[in-house]
Amino acid sequence: MKVRQISIFLENKSGRLAAVTRLLGENDINIRALSIADTTDFGILRLIVNEPEKAYDILKREGFTVSVTDVIAVAVHDRPGGLAEVLAILEDAGMNIEYLYAFTGKSAGDALVIFRVEDPDEAIGVLTRNGVRVLANGEVRGI
Amino acid sequence: MRALQLTRLQALVERVYRMSPFYRKLWDEAGVKPEQVKTLDDIRRFPFTTKDMLRQNYPYGMFAVPLSKIVRLHASSGTMGQSTVVGYTRRDLRIWADMVARVAVQAGVTRRDIAQISFGYGLFTGGFGLHYGLERVGATVLPVSSGNTQRQIQLMQDFGTTVLVGTPSYALHMAEVAEEMGVDTSKLKLRLGLFGAEPWTEEMRSEIEKRWHIKATDNYGLSEIMGPGVAGECEYGGKMHISEDHFFPEVIDPKTGESLPPGEEGELVFTTLTKEGIPLVRYRTRDISSLDYSPCPCGRTTVRMKKVTGRSDDMLIIRGVNVFPSQIEAVLMSIDGVGPQYQIIVDRKGFMDDIEVVVELSKEGFTGSWRDLEALENKVRERLENALSLRPRVKLVEYMSLERSMGKAKRVIDKRRKTTDN
Repeated sequence: MKVRQISIFLENKSGRLAAVTRLLGENDINIRALSIADTTDFGILRLIVNEPEKAYDILKREGFTVSVTDVIAVAVHDRPGGLAEVLAILEDAGMNIEYLYAFTGKSAGDALVIFRVEDPDEAIGVLTRNGVRVLANGEVRGI
Repeated sequence: MRALQLTRLQALVERVYRMSPFYRKLWDEAGVKPEQVKTLDDIRRFPFTTKDMLRQNYPYGMFAVPLSKIVRLHASSGTMGQSTVVGYTRRDLRIWADMVARVAVQAGVTRRDIAQISFGYGLFTGGFGLHYGLERVGATVLPVSSGNTQRQIQLMQDFGTTVLVGTPSYALHMAEVAEEMGVDTSKLKLRLGLFGAEPWTEEMRSEIEKRWHIKATDNYGLSEIMGPGVAGECEYGGKMHISEDHFFPEVIDPKTGESLPPGEEGELVFTTLTKEGIPLVRYRTRDISSLDYSPCPCGRTTVRMKKVTGRSDDMLIIRGVNVFPSQIEAVLMSIDGVGPQYQIIVDRKGFMDDIEVVVELSKEGFTGSWRDLEALENKVRERLENALSLRPRVKLVEYMSLERSMGKAKRVIDKRRKTTDN
């Protein structure tokens, strides 16, 4: 099942990241996972939150440059080689990964990794057929 | 027309020589006399009048009537330095209103229109100029002035505004605010825009027309010559009819001062044929345009000027390359995903000029993908490089992060200059 990720375009100037997190906090939105990629001029902050639709509306209303993307949350065995196994499955299926980042929480002893791939539905199919657990939206929000 | 112009020109130079100590001295020094004007071309013997002369004679030194005859004062916005003062006699004001009315009617305004004036009212000629001209047409005038944008849009809805008047950059900002307020601009009664007071590109026109669902027309004027109402587009658009029965135009090479033949691009020069308060002979506008004497399909016989593409004094020279901000604007407006707000920052690093173009991502411009963002940035850089023949730095910034202007937009920051006055 696909998970909704919020992406926010941020200029590299002080206080922008703080402004986003403060805004979400004030509106009772909990951040489940995050990643930041940046250059000298700007960055993209990616968030998995408990209420993505609400977060999107609030950020947009407050003038942030924001978009929503579908990603998948994958349970990876929390032991050496765990991530490599999952990547091998995707590679064998010829699927490109645009980016990935790790979750802060765990689910039933597994580490959680967020994957952004071109075709999330196909990736979910490939992974589940190979016995890899892909988390449902509700599960991710509840972690 | 030429006979009328010559009669008026001869009367003007005679009166100016008699009434204006400034011009008497200027012409005596240049060795020219009013009697030498036998044909219109003879005006070319006379020296130019420049903005600097107006500044040096601040405030009343250029007036050609006693102050008791002046019924209104305006001052230029001073975009490039100290402001200049202009005075109008009662007759000047009447002609001004007539000329603005002419421009408005050419653009398609009728007495059934409700015209919202979002130009600043005050010393700036935009607000009052359009105000009296539109009243002369018989339109219902809504003197909102600039600023308080949300209220402007509210009034537009409540009063059923059909014509919007202001600077093109403010019109774009108003469209953004309308969008944020959730106003469907296609549902408004607005049908026509009269924009001026700053140079703007065809690409910006398309953007305004798309966002407001209106026809956007250009008009031209400058406070030294009179204010708005010097020239304006007719229903065919594209080029602006000059009211040459009152404003005699020439185009010169800005470097040499030589007159250029019709059709060639250069600096516009105007002589105010009928003005009393502060008549100007061969005033250098610094605006770059060209003149077209061919017949217009609309049937009006006055000469037309091309949309002003830039100013001879806002031309940037970067690493020896001439760059007009309008070229950059045209590129940015043609790319989906960025704009319409931008800024050009020029600096000198060591001995090298450095140009940075800062442009906002549009709301739709951000997909969340890094690859898309890089591709967009590269596209902007490459298109600019093709248009300018030099490679600028490009910086994408957040939507709504650049300052919005209520009047003339400040697009260029040249850090190489010590002062803003040149």
